[in-house]
Amino acid sequence: MLTVVTFLPLLACAVLALLPRTVGDRACVLVWIGTAAADLALVVALWAGFDPYGGMQYEQRVRWMPSAGVSYHVGVDGLSLPLVAMVCVLFLAVAVYSLRETRRVRAAAGLFLFLQTVSVGLFVALDLILFFVFFDLSIVGMYFVIAGWGHGERARAAALKFFLYTFTGSLALLLGFIGLYLAADPHTFDLVELTRSNPLAGQGLYAGLVLLAVGVGLAVKTPTVPLHTWLPPAHTDAPAAGSAILAGVLLKMGTYGFVRIAMPLLPGSWRQYALVFVVVGVVSVVYGALVALAQTDFKRMIAYTSVNHMGYVVLAVGAAGTLVGSDAQARSLAVTGAVVQMVSHGLLTGALFLLTGVLYDRGSTYAIGSYSGLAAHTPRFAAATGVAAFASLGLPGFSGFIAEFQIFTGSLASQATATAIALLGILLTAALFLRALRAIFLGPPRLPAGIPTTGIVDLRPSEAAATVPLLGLALIIGVVPRFLLDVVEPAGRAVTELVAR
Amino acid sequence: MNENVAALVPETALVAAAVCGLLAGSWLPRRRQWAIAVLAAAACVTGLVATALTMATGREQAVFSHTFVIDTATDAGRLTVLSALLLIVAMSSDAVRGHKRETEFHVLLLLTGAGTLVMVGANDLLTLFAGYLLASLPGYVLAAFAKDAAGTEAALKYYLFGALLGTTMLAGIALLYGAGGATLYGQLRIGLPTAGYGLVAVGLVAVLAGLLFKIGAVPAHFWVPDVTQGATAPVAAYVTTLPKIGGLIAGYRLLHQALPLSEVNWPLLLAVLAAVSMTWGNLAAFFQTSAKRLLAYSTISQVGYLLMALAVATRSDLAQRSLLFYLAAYALTNLGAFAVVTALPDARSLEDYRGLARHRPGLAAVLLVCLLGLVGTPPTGVFLGKLEVFSAAVDGGHTWLAALAVANTVASLFYYLRWLAPVFRPPGDTPDRHALAGALTAGTAYTAGAASLLLGLVGGAVLPLMTGPLLR
Repeated sequence: MLTVVTFLPLLACAVLALLPRTVGDRACVLVWIGTAAADLALVVALWAGFDPYGGMQYEQRVRWMPSAGVSYHVGVDGLSLPLVAMVCVLFLAVAVYSLRETRRVRAAAGLFLFLQTVSVGLFVALDLILFFVFFDLSIVGMYFVIAGWGHGERARAAALKFFLYTFTGSLALLLGFIGLYLAADPHTFDLVELTRSNPLAGQGLYAGLVLLAVGVGLAVKTPTVPLHTWLPPAHTDAPAAGSAILAGVLLKMGTYGFVRIAMPLLPGSWRQYALVFVVVGVVSVVYGALVALAQTDFKRMIAYTSVNHMGYVVLAVGAAGTLVGSDAQARSLAVTGAVVQMVSHGLLTGALFLLTGVLYDRGSTYAIGSYSGLAAHTPRFAAATGVAAFASLGLPGFSGFIAEFQIFTGSLASQATATAIALLGILLTAALFLRALRAIFLGPPRLPAGIPTTGIVDLRPSEAAATVPLLGLALIIGVVPRFLLDVVEPAGRAVTELVAR
Repeated sequence: MNENVAALVPETALVAAAVCGLLAGSWLPRRRQWAIAVLAAAACVTGLVATALTMATGREQAVFSHTFVIDTATDAGRLTVLSALLLIVAMSSDAVRGHKRETEFHVLLLLTGAGTLVMVGANDLLTLFAGYLLASLPGYVLAAFAKDAAGTEAALKYYLFGALLGTTMLAGIALLYGAGGATLYGQLRIGLPTAGYGLVAVGLVAVLAGLLFKIGAVPAHFWVPDVTQGATAPVAAYVTTLPKIGGLIAGYRLLHQALPLSEVNWPLLLAVLAAVSMTWGNLAAFFQTSAKRLLAYSTISQVGYLLMALAVATRSDLAQRSLLFYLAAYALTNLGAFAVVTALPDARSLEDYRGLARHRPGLAAVLLVCLLGLVGTPPTGVFLGKLEVFSAAVDGGHTWLAALAVANTVASLFYYLRWLAPVFRPPGDTPDRHALAGALTAGTAYTAGAASLLLGLVGGAVLPLMTGPLLR
């Protein structure tokens, strides 16, 4: 079942590649939307049959390379299922948004379908090498999205920087995986077996080095300060759909790696160095927000808020490794908050980046200063962007609030100072979003030079269909979060217990 | 004494085909000389079938007073060499079709292939040297095959290097013989530990010099870029693939069988050579503008990764299978990239590849798979090879080397992407340089690309074939 969910988009990608050239662009996008919708329906079915207290489910294990300790092993639990669902929702949204794409549509559809397979595969992988395969392929796919559909010559430079940076990270990750593999007896890359045997318990420096390699690899992808510098250019020069996937899905691969690999497989060193992660998290929160505040480019600003939002997640997982001064309930709350934040950020940032794409489509620039009073021309667009921005800054009633509330409550007990500093981030994010909204949407109407006032169009139906459901989901999670929390909480508790052993 | 000639079917098949081909080619009219290519391919297939039979029936043995062994490493090496030779014959057929020396081309290829096979199975220093000569001499001629200025210069450089380091190797063999009192690896293993340290060290370094020349590793790499660029594309594919397979397996066998007990600190020497090779090759490849020259430097860095397995030959159980698997994956991937170069004879610089994805999507896909494969992107064969080699290095206590290899892998990404970027850019105003050499060459490219990807996916089935003890 999981294999079908994972490889259905790849199958569609192959079909698109083999279709005769006479098939039009529109048909290609329809195939893409159909596949994404079917995949989402399958995930909903998975969710319906999911038992929150059943641990790992829908498991499938096939011998792949037994002599190298590698198997094709997939499964979902409360940590991965919400993320898989979020991935499918976001890819469907991007597919709908791309109805208006005109440049090399068939290739774009194929590439995004390939990326969907890779993303879903990563979140269901239960083998380190399988995880790594998808991790690396996501970089390759995104490189071509940025280089092929980005904004001109700069996009290629940004794509190269993105590739080099994240590829470095992935290889550090591989070194860490090799360290884990060699420590296990018998040698294996299987996540479940490694979690059970905890091969690096009491191995001091060696375990520390493995955590360093894994931590650096994941931190580049997340990204956290000071390994975040690839992110702003990649986002600024990527197409809107690419940015939405990059921020919504690819960044989660880093944070998911922390809860899926680093914490359960290296509990001893995780506890020992938890403070490092807390500090890195808090620095990312504050630094990301401060730099975002200084941006004059709307898209770049949102890119930096991603650094800020991912900082909360890193803070939470760090706090979950601090046993002194906290109880199991607080730590599990922090982990649950981290997972909910991943889902919430995926939905909200996805929507924000798609809306930014609309802005660029109308005005051909992201510069905040070029726009003013846009709400008068485009009330629907202004409303959607406003809602997305407020949700993103953590307004109660939206998913971001639930996530951040849990993170702060869970972290406060053991890391009071850090949490207090991180709260500043919320304040800064509120300030920067309000400032940007005021500048773009309020005041006397003004458009970038060369754009006729009459020529600006409000949110089109396909654009609204891509973004509004994402905001609606964020609202549902914010108002009735139980359906999500019921799934995440038991898994969060399990991770907490694994770290504490 | 085991003198089972049947054990040497692959070597015999190549030599017999070379002799028959030479005789037949003298009488065949020029337009029918393609028959020799078919004969060469048939010889490769015969060898492959014979090797498969040997593996299936477990007929591992040492023949001719243990000077030649047929064991796991020989079997895997034979499969790789013969498959690679088959691909080279296929990709060169369009280029040499109707050439006035078509027969000679294939005969020389067969002879050098036979020499490589001898190196793979050599269990004795003199057999190794015989293989070295048989593999090298036809290679020099092939480098100058086009008879143009660049090719002649390349061949001269290749020959001078080969002659110098070949003589050095022979001197080293003499020294090791003097130190250990034998040329058989099994006897050297006992004899060398009691011999003088300096004598063994100098002898080993001299023997390694010849092997380093064959595989094109730093510091014996100076011929690689010139020969790769000066020779025709199929010959360039050959010089960067086959000699590496022979030289590396021969080196592994020598270190593992003859020197495991010696006090000479060869693991460190090999580790340093590996480190220098991968780094130098990468740095030099950075700003190359010619596709063939870029690939030449890339092969130097690839040899660096492969030498890692030799550095931990006796320290990790993973060393052997990682070396054999990486070699197979490297051979397929490198040949895939060269097949694309051969298929597009007009495209020389990286910029000439602009718009290839639009004009020839199939070849662009092969190039994508092969170049990303050479970086080590999963799920290609080289990724699995690298994974195994890195694991072996960490397991053998050379973690620093694995870390350096990782850093180099990232650096290598830069120049491979410099090539891939124009491939996927829309075509420019410059004239289209994507005329196809022939359908067979393109077909070879597809085959090699698909095989390189497939090897990574079915690695689980292949790896066990590469695990097994070496015979003495």
